[in-house]
Amino acid sequence: MPSLKDIKRRIKSVKNTKQITKAMKMVSAAKLKRAQDEITAARPYAASIQELTLSLSSTASPDSHPLLSSKAETNKVAALLLTSDRGLCGSFNAVILRTVERFLRERDASDTNLYLLGRRGVEYFKRSSASILQSRPLGSKRPQYADAVKIAEVVMESFLKGEVKEVYMVYTEFKSALTQRPVAQRILPISTPPAEAENQEAQEKHGIEPIFEPSREALLSSLLPRYVQIQVFKAMLESAASEHGARMTAMDSASKNATQMMGALTLKYNRLRQAAITKELMEIIGGAEALK
Amino acid sequence: MADTFRLEIVTPAKRLFSKEVTEVQAPGAMGEFGVLAGHTQFTTILAPGVLTYKSGSEAGTLAVGKGYAEVNSERTLLLVDVAETADEIDLDAARSALAESEEAMQTLLPEDPQYMATVDNIELNMTRIRVKEGGR
Repeated sequence: MPSLKDIKRRIKSVKNTKQITKAMKMVSAAKLKRAQDEITAARPYAASIQELTLSLSSTASPDSHPLLSSKAETNKVAALLLTSDRGLCGSFNAVILRTVERFLRERDASDTNLYLLGRRGVEYFKRSSASILQSRPLGSKRPQYADAVKIAEVVMESFLKGEVKEVYMVYTEFKSALTQRPVAQRILPISTPPAEAENQEAQEKHGIEPIFEPSREALLSSLLPRYVQIQVFKAMLESAASEHGARMTAMDSASKNATQMMGALTLKYNRLRQAAITKELMEIIGGAEALK
Repeated sequence: MADTFRLEIVTPAKRLFSKEVTEVQAPGAMGEFGVLAGHTQFTTILAPGVLTYKSGSEAGTLAVGKGYAEVNSERTLLLVDVAETADEIDLDAARSALAESEEAMQTLLPEDPQYMATVDNIELNMTRIRVKEGGR
């Protein structure tokens, strides 16, 4: 049976925790707003560049640019995994790590090179036997385009050297503050859906000869690396927004739980206090009765 | 054939600019080009420069950075790093950025990886100044 003092101490500690979770929720809400603005601003550009890349590469032969098809003879693939640096964001990291585990199981784990972005992923894979290509923390800043360029360079280089056959990106797609979805997306070689190609054929039958300046090859070689960079950058933004969303929801429910717990503890405290008072009164009355 | 077409400008940092226009002049990597409605399919690299468009009697000027343009008969899509109207340009910032890039240029050799980026920076800031001063 805890004493009155113990319960009082518990209440105080829960109150402190609630203050922290509440503050974290507010911070996440502010960060989420900014991250959400950034991702909504970046999406049309990413979608347009994807459209342009696909329409351009669907008419080009797969041999016209090294990023379009894989010449590697290995079965190895590379996966870029985006996690967060810090915890306390609900199931955000657990969900994405489960996704990557499934990804690794589907293939042979030894055939997958991991590029880890975010401290949580680094810590998770520290003790495992997975081969890690490179790892880096996110840092406290917002996602920077320059970082995406660097990451894209590393994976493209590995792909171009023929070390890996395919490059995947495993990240959390931001739907809303409450829903995030883990996705595994192939970024290299750049795929061309067959429907696009048919479309293009139909267009060429109409006799419209598209013009390319300076040339289709020059355009492709300038556009394709850029496309990969944008995809990586978009994934970084999606992941950042998801992280803040997940943290906000987690902290919100933590604050709610703390409030509930405080209510329960206060009730217990009052009951116990009343019981003590009643007990004391009974003793006094009993003593007085005995003196009569 | 309709004599207007849709001009869409998308940058990584900003919402898209979307407008019905009659004519566009854009800075291609191989020289400036003009687009009217019903243009044949055309895809090109854009260099930093001045973009002008006409929409009826109304005309507009923008400073655009490096990017790509995709033209077909219904719309012109510009994917650029930056796109700014005269109102959005900070003249002092552009001037100091230009001076900085020019200074950096003194020590760079054409083989350096930053060389092309610096050249583009100079071009972009010169364009900004041109658009700002021309807009007055």
